Amino acid sequence: MSKIVIDVDGVGVKFRMNDEKVDNLKEYIIRKITGRIGYKEFWALRNISFTVESGDRVAVLGMNGAGKSTLLKVIAGVLKATEGKITSQGRIAPLLELGAGFDPQYSGAENIYLYGAMLGYSRDFIRSKFNEIVEFSELGEFINSPVKNYSSGMKTRLGFSIATVVEPDILILDEVFAVGDAKFRKKSEKKIQSMFDRGITVLFVSHNIEQVKKICNKAIFLESGTLIASGPCEDICDIYEVKSNQ
Amino acid sequence: MKQIIKNFQKYRFLLSQLVVKEIKLKYRKSYLGILWTLIEPLLTMIVLYLVFSKLRKNNDRTFAVYILTGRLLYSYFSHATKSAMKSIRVNAQMIKKVYVPKYIYPLASVLSQFITFLISLVVLAAVSIVLRIKPTIHILEAIIPIIILFFMALGIGLVLATLAVFFRDMEYLWDVVLMIIMYCSAIFYYPSMVSDNSWILRMNPLYAVILNFRNAILEGVPLDSGALLYSIAFSAIALLAGIWLFYKNQDRFILYL
Repeated sequence: MSKIVIDVDGVGVKFRMNDEKVDNLKEYIIRKITGRIGYKEFWALRNISFTVESGDRVAVLGMNGAGKSTLLKVIAGVLKATEGKITSQGRIAPLLELGAGFDPQYSGAENIYLYGAMLGYSRDFIRSKFNEIVEFSELGEFINSPVKNYSSGMKTRLGFSIATVVEPDILILDEVFAVGDAKFRKKSEKKIQSMFDRGITVLFVSHNIEQVKKICNKAIFLESGTLIASGPCEDICDIYEVKSNQ
Repeated sequence: MKQIIKNFQKYRFLLSQLVVKEIKLKYRKSYLGILWTLIEPLLTMIVLYLVFSKLRKNNDRTFAVYILTGRLLYSYFSHATKSAMKSIRVNAQMIKKVYVPKYIYPLASVLSQFITFLISLVVLAAVSIVLRIKPTIHILEAIIPIIILFFMALGIGLVLATLAVFFRDMEYLWDVVLMIIMYCSAIFYYPSMVSDNSWILRMNPLYAVILNFRNAILEGVPLDSGALLYSIAFSAIALLAGIWLFYKNQDRFILYL
């Protein structure tokens, strides 16, 4: 029996939608005095409960605005749930929008340390993996020039190399498979496949059903913030396809 | 509490990375690099000295050091609070993606400014030697106002960082407040010259810190106990208020970035 690594229990996230965005003091004070701070509340997620076992590769399916990204943010610990509880074991590495955390003025090498530190790794660990990262990214001597001079392909390559070298327990993938040119894409898919083979737990958001079927063994289906189905990947994909053809 | 300490240890490396980054990037691309930490206060001191030399007492060769001490402490306070205030917004990209204890960002800003400030004290030492200001045993007490100032800047920085997430105007408003604080801190004039309005100086916690720093470095007399108590009390309250406000609101930051 494999053990449960993510336990999502009755999670709900409530957002406040201000009628108009009030982000300056004058406006705020005037509205506070006149009592005109109006906002609507809505639940981006409501009553979400499911568990992920170690080694599961779970697809999160749903139409745009169904709450997929919100759910991933809550699991990654970036967003706090309004109600319910999430317990997770092991190190979670988000692989979303690669290279977003780079400092453009810093060189690639300096960014490796910065990005690694963000993900919670120690100096010694990053140092020991440094060469592996540089080699995988194929940046060569460019590793010492500032990231602002990199092409977007170079940035994604570096981001991918850092995020995957760390061997996390839980990997969050948010449609990031189109990485770099054809050659690097092959290499990165191989890398991810080898992580799967090692039994890493994956949460995967994608609209690409073919890819989902290839990668995942389980799936959950969100619709306007509620969980409407969960189970084996094939079954849920069928439901998704039926729904999206309506 | 134990949890917080454990978490802090995990992200200690990130804290040092962020501190080093701010210092490194500040002077990258400039030919003189980190030397600007020394040149900048020296030049402002010379300018202020020339502009306000009419205000000095007769035959007072310590006026330059008087200005420099005030100017150094003020500019640490102003830079630290300003960069702490912006720290959450500047790092919005990371905050949205990766979980990191959020107080790391303002703390890193205040720390990196503190390190630049400590380096710039070399100028103070050099100018003091050139003007033959005799150090006394009280010079050791200078560390006390410096520590108080660190926590004062951190506390106010946390308050501002929180407010600036919700209200962009804080960044402009704080510039104006900082200017008022500068004029009320007796940086380039003697308090005796404004005896009518000396209550403003007594109310100003930054002036209390500057006064004690000057007592230790320049006057060679013990710290003023009234100013000491006032500045400690103010820093403690600012720090507690900052931590409280920050922790109470930090989960909502992401919704406003």
